[in-house]
This record gives sequence, C-alpha cells and structure tokens, in this order.
Amino acid sequence: MSAPNTGTPLIGGPQPVASNNEDSPLNGVKVGVVTFPGSLDDRDAVRAVRLAGGSAIHLWHGDHDLQDVDAVIIPGGFSYGDYLRAGAISRFAPLMEQITAAASGGENALPVLGICNGFQVLTEAHLLPGSMIKNNDLHFICRDQRLRVENNGTFWTSDYGQGEEIVIPLKNQDGQFVADNYTLDELEGEGRVVFRYVDGNPNGSRRDIAGISNAAGNVVGLMPHPEHAVEAGFGPDSSARGNVDVRGGTDGLGIFTSVLKKLVG
Amino acid sequence: MPRIVVDVMPKPEILDPQGKAIAGALPRIGLTGFAGVRQGKRFELTVDGDVTEEVLEQARHAAATLLSNPVIEDVTRVEVLEEDAQ
Repeated sequence: MSAPNTGTPLIGGPQPVASNNEDSPLNGVKVGVVTFPGSLDDRDAVRAVRLAGGSAIHLWHGDHDLQDVDAVIIPGGFSYGDYLRAGAISRFAPLMEQITAAASGGENALPVLGICNGFQVLTEAHLLPGSMIKNNDLHFICRDQRLRVENNGTFWTSDYGQGEEIVIPLKNQDGQFVADNYTLDELEGEGRVVFRYVDGNPNGSRRDIAGISNAAGNVVGLMPHPEHAVEAGFGPDSSARGNVDVRGGTDGLGIFTSVLKKLVG
Repeated sequence: MPRIVVDVMPKPEILDPQGKAIAGALPRIGLTGFAGVRQGKRFELTVDGDVTEEVLEQARHAAATLLSNPVIEDVTRVEVLEEDAQ
C-alpha cells in the first residue's frame, strides 16, 4: 500500500510512508524515525526520507521492535521535556537498547542519525562522545546556519563533496558541544568531525564542531536540522549553492539521499 | 522516611553558562562579595525502609548512570540526610 502523492507538503501518518517516487530504486530502503514523548521533528524527518526517495517507518520509543528498518533517525525536539539533561531519560527507552546494540554491530552496523535532541540522545547513550551544554550566551538560537562537510565518508554525508558547504536551520538552547581535549584531538585525528560551523560559531561549541561520527561512520549526530531544508518552498531563504527563491534552500536533502544510496549501492 | 542526597556539579573545566549569568546578576542586587557562581543539582532519593549498604550502592549507581553525565558533571556527594537518620 502506498500513500497518495498529493504534491503538497507530506505530513506523515502513523502508517509506513512510501516514498514520493514509487519507481525510485531507493524506495525499498526503510528508514525508521523514532518518536519519544516530546519529539517535535519526527514528521519532518519522515517527510525528508520520502522526499529523498526512501520509505519511512514510524518507530515508538517504548517498543522493542526495530521493524527490520535499514537505518534509524532520532529526530529533534524535547524528548521527556529535556528533564534532568537533554536526552538523559530517552537514552533508557526500550527501543534505544535495540538501536544501541544494532548500531554497534560491526560490519553490518545499523546507520543511525541523531538530529539536535537526537544528537543529545546519542551522546547520552554513549554511541557518540562528548556532550551538549547550554549555548554560551544562554539564548535559544534560531537561524539559518552555514556548515562545512568535513567528512563525506560517512553513511550520512556521502552525497556531498568533501569540504562542501551547506546552509540549514539551527534551533536549540543546549547546543554547545563539549568534550575533553583528548577526545577532541581523537575526533579530529580520525576525521570524525563531520560538520563544522562556518561564518562564526553560534554557541561556543569546541573547535566549531556542529556534528561528529563514531569510528565506523555509521552513527552521525549534528545539532542543525537538515530535515528542515529538503523541499523548495519550505526551506531556509539561503543556500550555499547560490541564490535561491524565498524558502528555497534544500541543502539538507543530501543527508537523506546519502544513506539511501549507500544502503542500495 | 530516610532520604539519600545526591549532589551533582558541572566539572571544573566545563564552563557553566548558568552560573556565569547568576554571577552577573548578583551585583545588580547589591551583592558584590562573590568572585564566581557555579550551579549544580541536588537530588533527594526517598527510601522506603532502612538505608542498607545495598540501597546506598543503588543510589551511587543511579548517581553515576542516570543522575549525572560523567562527560560534563561530577557526583560530589551521595549520603543519607542526617536529620532523617535519627
């Protein structure tokens, strides 16, 4: 069964959501999007997967079944209200146990992307090093942010050029990435800094780091939101590729096409 | 019922933006005697029954795994509240 293609913004329902293009070879790739109580951007992530040509599966944090998905996205928002620390309680959700085990599985490890709060969940789950503290000016920051793709060798960045710049929205309060110097040196030395802030560091993150990966490259987390820059008419007003129409920025789509192509190819 | 107190503080090398903001506000209400502020968290775990060594160990485990994040925070205290212990 496939959802009707209405040509309008595609808001995912609770059922599996087929891609926009049923003939796409990427259509068979199933990407699970986890919803926690307090998740906000799960439906945007579902929509991004569809627009990239894949099929999206809604996953519930309280379930124990990954439903045979080929990849998982942990979306942005305020899971469990950010109580205690952002991501601290979500990390112990039943589904997170499945995800942590599958993501650490060596050769065929599950690709996992954490966006914003999802990144915070991944650090709390120890799938990624470091942690996030409040932005150094204490403000909630919401703006279009320019990033540089520092490593296009991961599951989630292979559709970008090495060093390519992108513009996607940034919106958070606890966005300052911190880790000790040993960890930072290790991340830099192993090419695990995946995204870096360009044109100014918005929140005090160590070494301008906006996103990182695990050693295998299947787990990536970033603070800005690629899923909000995937469809002309509904994206940011700017793009790193040149002038675009109002809300015409789609620089985030490559994150989602990367994992789909990687899993097919 | 007895309570176990767990104190968690940001690590010394981690900047504490909230503490910094509080330090900036103190002089505005005329309190100029402080060189700095760091903000931590205090948890009170209420125990149903006696605080055995096993329960204390559970509190230490909770402090290390859920109540604090060792990347950015230190557990500075896990102990039974004296006023409850009488």
